[in-house]
Amino acid sequence: MKHIAIGILGAAALGFMASAASAGTLDTVKQKGFLQCGVSTGLAGFSAPDDKGDWKGIDADFCRAVAAAVFGDASKVKFTPLSAKERFTALQSGEIDILSRNTTWTSNRDSALGLDFVGVTYYDGQGFMINAKKLPGVNSALQLSGAAVCVQSGTTTELNLADYFKKNKMEYNPVVFEKLEEVNAAYDAGRCDAYTTDQSGLYGIRLTLSSPADHVVLPEIISKEPLGPAVRQGDDQWAHIARWTYFALLNAEEAGITQANVDEMKTSTDPNIQRLLGTEPDGKYGADLGLSNDWVVNIVKAVGNYGEMFERNVGSGSPLKIARGINALWTKGGLQYGPPVR
Amino acid sequence: MASQEILREEPNRGSFINDPKIRSLFFQTLVVIIVFGSLWWIVNNVIENLQRLHIASGFQFLRSRAGFDISTTPIEYTSDSTYGRALVVGLLNTIIVAVAGIITATIIGFIVGIGRLSQNWLIRKICTVYVEVFRNIPPLLVIFFWYSGVLAVLPAPRESYHLPFGSYLNQRGFYFPRPVWGDGSWLIGVAFLLALAMAWFVAHRASQRQMTTGQQFPVFWTSVALIVGLPLLAFLLGGMPVTFDFPKQSTFNLTGGFQVKPEFLSLYLALSFYTAAFIAEIVRAGIRGVSRGQTEAAGALGLRSGPILRLVVVPQAMRIVIPPLTSQYLNLTKNSSLAIAIGYPDLTATAGTVLNQTGQAVEGVFIMMIAYLVLSLVTSFVMNIVNARMALVER
Repeated sequence: MKHIAIGILGAAALGFMASAASAGTLDTVKQKGFLQCGVSTGLAGFSAPDDKGDWKGIDADFCRAVAAAVFGDASKVKFTPLSAKERFTALQSGEIDILSRNTTWTSNRDSALGLDFVGVTYYDGQGFMINAKKLPGVNSALQLSGAAVCVQSGTTTELNLADYFKKNKMEYNPVVFEKLEEVNAAYDAGRCDAYTTDQSGLYGIRLTLSSPADHVVLPEIISKEPLGPAVRQGDDQWAHIARWTYFALLNAEEAGITQANVDEMKTSTDPNIQRLLGTEPDGKYGADLGLSNDWVVNIVKAVGNYGEMFERNVGSGSPLKIARGINALWTKGGLQYGPPVR
Repeated sequence: MASQEILREEPNRGSFINDPKIRSLFFQTLVVIIVFGSLWWIVNNVIENLQRLHIASGFQFLRSRAGFDISTTPIEYTSDSTYGRALVVGLLNTIIVAVAGIITATIIGFIVGIGRLSQNWLIRKICTVYVEVFRNIPPLLVIFFWYSGVLAVLPAPRESYHLPFGSYLNQRGFYFPRPVWGDGSWLIGVAFLLALAMAWFVAHRASQRQMTTGQQFPVFWTSVALIVGLPLLAFLLGGMPVTFDFPKQSTFNLTGGFQVKPEFLSLYLALSFYTAAFIAEIVRAGIRGVSRGQTEAAGALGLRSGPILRLVVVPQAMRIVIPPLTSQYLNLTKNSSLAIAIGYPDLTATAGTVLNQTGQAVEGVFIMMIAYLVLSLVTSFVMNIVNARMALVER
């Protein structure tokens, strides 16, 4: 129902929005004094409130990084939890300034939906989880013919699932819910044999089940899921700020700048680090983006570099313990590559 | 300008401000201008904003491939079907649960409503408790109650309850044998239709006979015998063309047979029980609205309490009952959109998915609104016909 409400609100907002071209998102955000960030309704490691109600996770931290770049203060973020179905309408209608909600970058979303993807903050792929105790002997997704599969509606997951079973000429029975919590509850109650979503999500969800040890994630990865933040199409300045915040996180890791040593690094004589941290005399790379020159310093002070963000939220420093894998920097054999600041 | 012309036609009215005709014309014109002006402004803004935000618009998306699967499909549907067909599947699912719910809610509602007026203390109190409980809980909670009830109480597929006639009950739903219509089974259908026609004829003749001679005829049992007996006879004569596809245990679930999914089951039960509480109150009000003199007069004629209720009280109560009953049917249909919470693919759920895949919120919401509007208007139309037939005919 809430997505209907947002759909109607969105439709109404489209109707009532002043038709004169609105001010840029950067100005709007600065004027209201905080960044409105769309996140998930609770996916461990990406965006989920902790026991104190603070949003934790890579996606939440990315919004903090953008807030740090814009305001120099990572606390100036307000989070809007959105279901998979609500997320795009919320961004289109201007309810949120940035969508950072484990969202797969696809051509249709980039074009017909009026979104602009910023980059890939997490390279993921879709997998399956089953209850190994109830289904001993199942160790491949190809054995799932005839299974009831729990899935969240309005996701690329739902589409990949249909494609995968069709391609392998297998039958299945989709059990589709709108909200993540509803899918989790139904799977936990035994309504489905298998649960499918992005593999990182499966590890996170497994921790919330009543007996995590009974459940295994099957080895098959059936799709490419490049997850990343998105902004509204047609506001280049705002898209650049979001995109370069992401690149700054990567470049900081590559240059060895961490939350702990960022102040020392400011005295570095390495021109690459000087350009990045805005300490180069006469450099105005931050100002060109519409930010302050020490924007990267603010970002790293707030959330650390990309590697720190990863390890803290989904990697070794988290209960998820996901390996860097293809999310390592390009210098370490991964896919994460930040274009240079110069 | 219109006002000026009228001013010329009736010049001797004094100040035109005081002319009620001109005043009403002025205000009507003003209202029309405001309504159409704001409509135009909204539509124009929508179009302009959609273009500015680079969002695709129009209804072409209805013809492209949907790509997602739907769990309950009353008509042929695969992920290769179009978005348009997905919406039709959703609409049909809504209609199915609404019609089934309306029938069940009416039956329960009438039983409980009459039960609240029973002479028996226990029946009366049970019915009162039922009404007060279900009427005062939001429908969404009732749906969750049934859904988690179904999931929590029933066993996993491997430990299914075995029911008579090869049926099974488990967490994945209720399974029963599906009849497979072989060659010659058309005879059974023909026999069934024939039986219906004959039952109607018998009832017609019986009431005629009672009118003229006062003698009664066991219409009910004759009809039952006809409707059950004739198709059974056709089944035997046709060489038993109907076989049954029994549900069987497979790796994950039971396969084969006919499956009623727990999502449908809980939504259907929840809507029926919830709406029945309101219908019970309407029925009680209708019966209380029939003057006591009618009951007493019928009693004086020697009728027993059953026939009094059936022949005298309820037909008169129906006139009071039907108009508010229509609203309850509309409520039930609209409440079925709560299905989304438990994953039953009704119109709201499928349209929501379509809306999300295509990003065309304005069109998606528009289609949903039109569909519910049409459903409601059709329900009202049918109920108005019923109401007209039930209305008091002055003689």
